[in-house]
Amino acid sequence: MSYTEENGESKILVRLANNRIDHTLPVQQDPRTAFYTPGEEISTQPDFLRGHGTYMDTQQVLRASVAGNLERVNKLISVRPYKTRYQGEIGDVVIGRITEVQQKRWKVDTNAKLDSALLLSSVNLPGGELRRRSAEDEQAMRRYLQEGDVVCAEVQSIFADGSLSLHTRVLKYGKLSQGIMMKLSPSMIKRQKQHFHNLANGAVLILGNNGNVWIGASQSGQDSSQGGFTQDYSRIDQENREVCARLQNCIRCLVKSNILLSDTSVTYAYEESMKYEIKELIQDEVQFNVALLTHQRLVA
Amino acid sequence: MSELVSLSLPEKTFILHGIDVNFRNDGRSRLDCRPIELQTKIMDQVNGSAKLKIDDTEILVGVKVEEDTPDENSPSEGKLEFFVDCSANANPIFEGKGGDELATEISDALSLAYKDVFDLTELCILPSKKCWKLYVDVLILACGGNLFDAVAAAVKAALYSTEIPQVKDAAVDGVEADIFVSDDIFNSVKLDVKNAPLLISLCKIGDNYVVDPTPEEEVCSSATVVVAVMPNGRTSGGLKTGYGSLMVETWRKAIQIAKKVGVQLNNEIMKALEEEEKLGPNRALFGFL
Repeated sequence: MSYTEENGESKILVRLANNRIDHTLPVQQDPRTAFYTPGEEISTQPDFLRGHGTYMDTQQVLRASVAGNLERVNKLISVRPYKTRYQGEIGDVVIGRITEVQQKRWKVDTNAKLDSALLLSSVNLPGGELRRRSAEDEQAMRRYLQEGDVVCAEVQSIFADGSLSLHTRVLKYGKLSQGIMMKLSPSMIKRQKQHFHNLANGAVLILGNNGNVWIGASQSGQDSSQGGFTQDYSRIDQENREVCARLQNCIRCLVKSNILLSDTSVTYAYEESMKYEIKELIQDEVQFNVALLTHQRLVA
Repeated sequence: MSELVSLSLPEKTFILHGIDVNFRNDGRSRLDCRPIELQTKIMDQVNGSAKLKIDDTEILVGVKVEEDTPDENSPSEGKLEFFVDCSANANPIFEGKGGDELATEISDALSLAYKDVFDLTELCILPSKKCWKLYVDVLILACGGNLFDAVAAAVKAALYSTEIPQVKDAAVDGVEADIFVSDDIFNSVKLDVKNAPLLISLCKIGDNYVVDPTPEEEVCSSATVVVAVMPNGRTSGGLKTGYGSLMVETWRKAIQIAKKVGVQLNNEIMKALEEEEKLGPNRALFGFL
């Protein structure tokens, strides 16, 4: 072991709370988006339908029960909370972590209220065979996916108790290999058609609808015929590693300033951050500057 | 310590290889620390308090001062006691008795670090009759890794801000000792923390040590060396957590690194505390938002 290379002074930053950086961006409030706080009156008229995030008090006044935006569909009024667990919708791309291996199913932590289920019958078997799942397959389940593994999947259906049923029957879904998973709030992810992004810098970015973001180190020559169950433990080269680290720090910048994550915002932030060193991006001043520059490019 | 996060094997490999080449997932090198945010005197109900944040780690410390009788073995010394509480808000596994193990580990480390180093004689009022007892209560509000270092730094800041009431008069009336404390609450003595140690934990990941680990890095490590470093660079204690074992030579290296980082961190924290004191009593207070 040698520590000779570590003699370079690294500065420790200690900041007082009085010198704290405010990460809020100068945004003009859109008058159409009405923000409600819990208990705030929405309407006194009785002919509205009470949706999620609202309640009727004893005086028949409709009030918000969560903090968030008002959504109105004809007569149905609901309030969509900003800070919430993931409310699944069919077709969403989610990223989760296996918490349990059970009979015929895996339990996946997807940041929803209940753990989601990934059925053995809704994964592709290694080699892509199409057949009924036998008892041998059940016994080999832990060989495919074990506790702690990160999977990318799609919401197939929602069970009666509100928990989600996932599937990975398309080759782009499945087990994720080397990279960084970030846990964010689901409301930070911009809903889009595409949630898989192969960025120009070579990294794979998956913005899961459930608020989990995957930054995958690019690996050339990956064999997808195994259904994504093979894992690559080879060393990632420094260039790719730096891209992943920078992306992670950029996403942190955006989240701190409440900029919705999409491939555009992340790419802009990545480009704006290039004038800084990667490790400078954990400092508040730098983070705010990157977010501000990204915001200016986004509204332009 | 029970694991706060779970990682898959490829993720661990990614972190491990990164540390091998001295490049961590957030771009830091092995000996880089994350920025720290510090604030003292934020609570009126206690004699000294501090709140410290490192990324997601959030620590709140309160110091209470009470009258007590000194121990027979050390009649001219006051008392210092640490209590650590892990809030279940920080991690659901701390619910009920879940956080006790970690809390005891941290408070034991603090007691070890402050033992024989911190001058307790200044807490003495009347030898073998009256002394001050300091209750240092630590609350872990959120876990973002590196709890030992964060707690020790917050404790030092809280002790720095601690004001002990000025004793006007102390008299022995037969067996009973009576003390009269000044009525003016601003008439107080500042505690001397020039010797107060900090804890520096070094996470052994692969063949290397890492300072200020994130929770993900802590999961990848088999053993962590915690060293108590005084501002003058001397060490006042050390312990190892985790299941891994260390060679003597590795342990020596760890102490060397810890000393270097410890002195630097001490300087920066003292600088920040002095700067905050200069802002005076009318400085703006920041709450928990």
